[in-house]
Amino acid sequence: MERMPAWADVVLIPLISLLLAAILSALVILAIGENPVEAFNLMVEGALMRSAGWGYTLYYATNFIFTGLAVAVAFHARMFNIGGEGQAMLGGLGVALVSLYIPWPHWSLALLGSCVGAALFGAAWAFIPAYLQAKRGSHIVITTIMFNFIAAALLNYVLVSLLKPVGAMDPASANFPAATHLPTFQDMFATAENPLFRGAPANVTFFIALAACLFVWLLIWRTRLGYEIRAQGFSESAAKYAGISPARIIIIAMLISGALAGMMGVNTAQGEAERLVLNSTEGAGFIGIAVALMGRNHPLGVLLAAILFGFLYQGGAELALWTNIPRELIVVIQALVILFTGALDNMVRMPLERIFMALNRKGA
Amino acid sequence: MDFATLLQVLDSTIRLGTPLLFACLAGLFSERAGIFDIGLEGKMLMSAFFSAAIAFTTGSVWIGLLAGIASSMVLSAIHGLASITFRGNQLISGVAINFLAAGMTVLIAQDWFSQGGRTPSLVGNARFEPVTLPGAEALRDVPLLGPIYYEVISGHTILVYLAFLCVPATWWVLFRTRFGLRLRAVGENPAAVDTAGVSVVGLRYAAVAICGLLCGFAGAYLSTALQAGFVKDMSAGRGYIALAALIFAKWRPWYALFSTMLFGFLQALALRPDLIERAIGVKVQVQLLDAMPYILTVVILAGFVGKAIPPRAGGQPYVKER
Amino acid sequence: MTEQAPAIELKGISKAFGPVQANKDISIRVMPGTIHGIIGENGAGKSTLMSILYGFYKADRGEIFISGRKTEIPDSQAAIAAGIGMVFQHFKLVENFTVVENVILGAEDGAMLRPSISKARKSLKSLAEEYELNVDPDALIEHLSVGHQQRVEILKALYRQADILILDEPTGVLTPAEADHLFRILDNLRAEGKTIILITHKLREIMEITDTVSVMRRGEMTATVKTAETSPEELAELMVGRKVLLRVDKKPATPGDVVLSVDDLKVTDDKGVHRVKGVSFEIRKGEILGIAGVAGNGQSELMEVLGGIAQGTGTITMNGRTIALAGRDSDGQARRRAGIAHVPEDRQREGLIMDYGAWENVVFGYHLDPKWQSGFLMRNTAIVEEAQGKMERFDVRPPNPKLAAKNFSGGNQQKIVLAREIEQNPDLLLVGQPTRGVDIGAIEFIHQEIIRLRDQGAAVLLVSVELDEIMALSDRIAVMFDGRIMGFRDPAETNERELGLLMAGIEGEVDGDEWQAIDRQLERKEAEEAREAGDA
Repeated sequence: MERMPAWADVVLIPLISLLLAAILSALVILAIGENPVEAFNLMVEGALMRSAGWGYTLYYATNFIFTGLAVAVAFHARMFNIGGEGQAMLGGLGVALVSLYIPWPHWSLALLGSCVGAALFGAAWAFIPAYLQAKRGSHIVITTIMFNFIAAALLNYVLVSLLKPVGAMDPASANFPAATHLPTFQDMFATAENPLFRGAPANVTFFIALAACLFVWLLIWRTRLGYEIRAQGFSESAAKYAGISPARIIIIAMLISGALAGMMGVNTAQGEAERLVLNSTEGAGFIGIAVALMGRNHPLGVLLAAILFGFLYQGGAELALWTNIPRELIVVIQALVILFTGALDNMVRMPLERIFMALNRKGA
Repeated sequence: MDFATLLQVLDSTIRLGTPLLFACLAGLFSERAGIFDIGLEGKMLMSAFFSAAIAFTTGSVWIGLLAGIASSMVLSAIHGLASITFRGNQLISGVAINFLAAGMTVLIAQDWFSQGGRTPSLVGNARFEPVTLPGAEALRDVPLLGPIYYEVISGHTILVYLAFLCVPATWWVLFRTRFGLRLRAVGENPAAVDTAGVSVVGLRYAAVAICGLLCGFAGAYLSTALQAGFVKDMSAGRGYIALAALIFAKWRPWYALFSTMLFGFLQALALRPDLIERAIGVKVQVQLLDAMPYILTVVILAGFVGKAIPPRAGGQPYVKER
Repeated sequence: MTEQAPAIELKGISKAFGPVQANKDISIRVMPGTIHGIIGENGAGKSTLMSILYGFYKADRGEIFISGRKTEIPDSQAAIAAGIGMVFQHFKLVENFTVVENVILGAEDGAMLRPSISKARKSLKSLAEEYELNVDPDALIEHLSVGHQQRVEILKALYRQADILILDEPTGVLTPAEADHLFRILDNLRAEGKTIILITHKLREIMEITDTVSVMRRGEMTATVKTAETSPEELAELMVGRKVLLRVDKKPATPGDVVLSVDDLKVTDDKGVHRVKGVSFEIRKGEILGIAGVAGNGQSELMEVLGGIAQGTGTITMNGRTIALAGRDSDGQARRRAGIAHVPEDRQREGLIMDYGAWENVVFGYHLDPKWQSGFLMRNTAIVEEAQGKMERFDVRPPNPKLAAKNFSGGNQQKIVLAREIEQNPDLLLVGQPTRGVDIGAIEFIHQEIIRLRDQGAAVLLVSVELDEIMALSDRIAVMFDGRIMGFRDPAETNERELGLLMAGIEGEVDGDEWQAIDRQLERKEAEEAREAGDA
């Protein structure tokens, strides 16, 4: 006896949660004396009505796809990887090292190389918490939080003391060689008579992110590793019975998760800044939590939620530019989305289940 | 390191350890009752802002303190609603609260003061002033103990002394009172409390409320005692360090005093990296000192130095079994 | 007697959980100073009824009268105030608190602990003398034996001045000697005028101690009778609604070569407790070896090691080849490769992924089989087809492979597990509690399938706490107590009494005051264990 049809769980609950978050955000905007409708129009205008807006929206979305997938994969093994931020920082470092110290002949090869570097560094950063969880039972949420801070300190040290070019002021690496620069959407799609995506940072990495979605979908629902990851996530005792090693699954799932988070570094370091800066992640690792929760840990959901958050980020930047509403509004919206889709899930779910059960009874 | 510098470092240890101590004890109440709270950071930040903002507008730091506590307790109530009433994921709720605080403080600060997400500087009665303990001046010249009393122990704000008093008070409440017995029981086995006719929900809300109260003090201390005003993200990860200290302390009040002061000491050292270089002759990176609390906590969590066993029902919403 | 108001009277109690009607219009009267038994199969609604009485659930309809007064019991607090105490099947104790702390929890006098504790200590002493309820008030619960933990639960109720005591399946985890001690306590309580409701599914207990008994079946109260005026046969019939066939039709076994040989197997759990203390036995082709014993005497751990879930030491050979007991090659996958199939004791925690569809569950544990792989991907369509076939052959209802395991009834869930394991044609089948929580109809089917596998030449190791089931299915019986095998018996030449003694750790016949001898032996054992715990 199912309480609620599957589509309601997948579509209706996230939408209602989003609506609640939107209403509260509108109230916040009203409270600080601005007009929510105008604000929304401004956001749509800035993020979606021009190709350059889309270029920013999709650039942000690329980041959030990676971090969202990272959180989602870990969630399937019932682990809360809150360390996407640190893993993404290390991923960026991987990209920087690969781009700076290997003489790449062409961007496509450089892209491959930096993907590998980013994934390896991100995975490595996830490995220690994963190992401690698997072998010593250390709570992964706490260790990954700690590793975010350790990553920040490490990156600070590496940039300031090792990678910063002599004489430079800001803590950032040298610019990457031109051969590693990735084609942006402008390079790819703009023509002389139709100048699309002008100046926008969206680049070829977006397609890597799409491929990552497909990869995660295949992995989780079509491979035996995914079968084992989900089994472990649903019931560790059952996994043990079936001869699935929980330690192995925890470590593998976290390595994949860390690698995905790390790959965000390709987009920010190589695709946009073309060097490694101190705060290149800008909290995207945490937005991955909201994205995964909203996307119900499904790659398609993650993709849509990531684009939504990309829109919010770009729209928020526009708001900050044209109104008195600071960018932090987006942080509030993000908090509300996490709150409603994650922590207050039952608040939305319980009344909805009751409605569906009443409908069923009438129908029967 | 000479005696005077040592005293200076110990003095800043106490100043920097105090917010950690408040927040750590806050987390202790919550987690002993079985509610994980990674939203200490957010509650501190929220309180820091409202304390400073209201202290500035009213000119009274005490009203500011009350406002800070109230704001922190509102976030506690949200956490309670999510994790007790709606039995949601406590960790996710904590994350949401941290972001809510990070966003709302800047949003409101910008709306109220238009100074880029900060409050104006606090002066006079809008700040907590240092208190000189009785006899501190007189005893100043007593060898050894005099300077320690004068430099390290005396001359802090009232909140510092309150924080230290909270340690025995917490111990007493937890281990000597009916409320403490029930609180610890609800974090270990809520079903035992429920079948004994005591409300699990009531106890957990009480614990979460105390957590909000203490985080309120922590935040107020940051913006009205340690510094003179609120700046964006001023809690700077202290909520997480407090969480680390709580694990380090194995959820015990006296150990919490030790661990928060240890982490306070590390922060104090990070402000004076030259001291370590002089003391041990090796240049220690500031970043390493910054990361030290986190590294120590990971080591503790890994169980290489004693095992940290959290309350057994921690993190799990209570559902009556069929 | 007839003038007296009943201690408890329930009128027309009904309770539904969603579409499931757990209690239907139930009425009973229990007179003060009596022991009233409530008997019924698992899932008959006994526990739900008592949870309503204890304020855990709210009844949809119906009234409760305590000593003749209509009483609302919205929560446990109200139940306690009404003088009701409850000893749950799963104890509600705080493990790292002392006995006295557990006793006063929720019943403290005043805000300070100290006065409450000293008062409780005195009161515990007098209760101990009065009712043979001896427990060290300062011992931590986690250091106490199960029997003693149960005493703490009873003490909790008595400390709260309970006049009505409800015990839910109190003997499930006790040895016969401990159970006997419990019954003596209940006797004493009855003599003091307390009213006791005993919920159980064991007929022997009802016949032994109750004054009146009510029978529940599928949420309904089918009868209430005086115990003296009924018989176990009649009660059994009332319970299941038809004559029970405890004997299973089976041909005599024709044991062949040794399949599994276990020599000096020892298992220590992760808390360092020795669970299996040197066990040796063999099982041959075409033979069912049944392991009897009270839950918690090492049977589960034995199964876990054989099934590759836990690690142990000793020697185990399977078809003449030694199998690993630790390290990489000791996991469930290695066991399956060696020809061992495993129907675990707890299908919901181990045997199935409750959120997986039936189709995903029919390959669970065998999902690495090349049969289900093509390249990197799994052959999902083929797996669904396989599931359809299995569900048809094992009569799983509803026969919908996409339905999640959690949406099937207990019996149908067990059939899914059984279909998966039996159709692997294993050399050795491990079966734990095959019919726990399974409806009568499915029990017969499951028993027949196990015997069919035996007749095809497989070796079967059966672990069950249901002595009837062991007696009916086994070709040989081993009894486990305290991590050791107390002895082997031929089911044709033994009886429940002899097995019961072995289950309590008593070898050979004890004459005269045998239970006292058993008590003494148990006390010695407890003293030893306490010393060991002290040393550790």
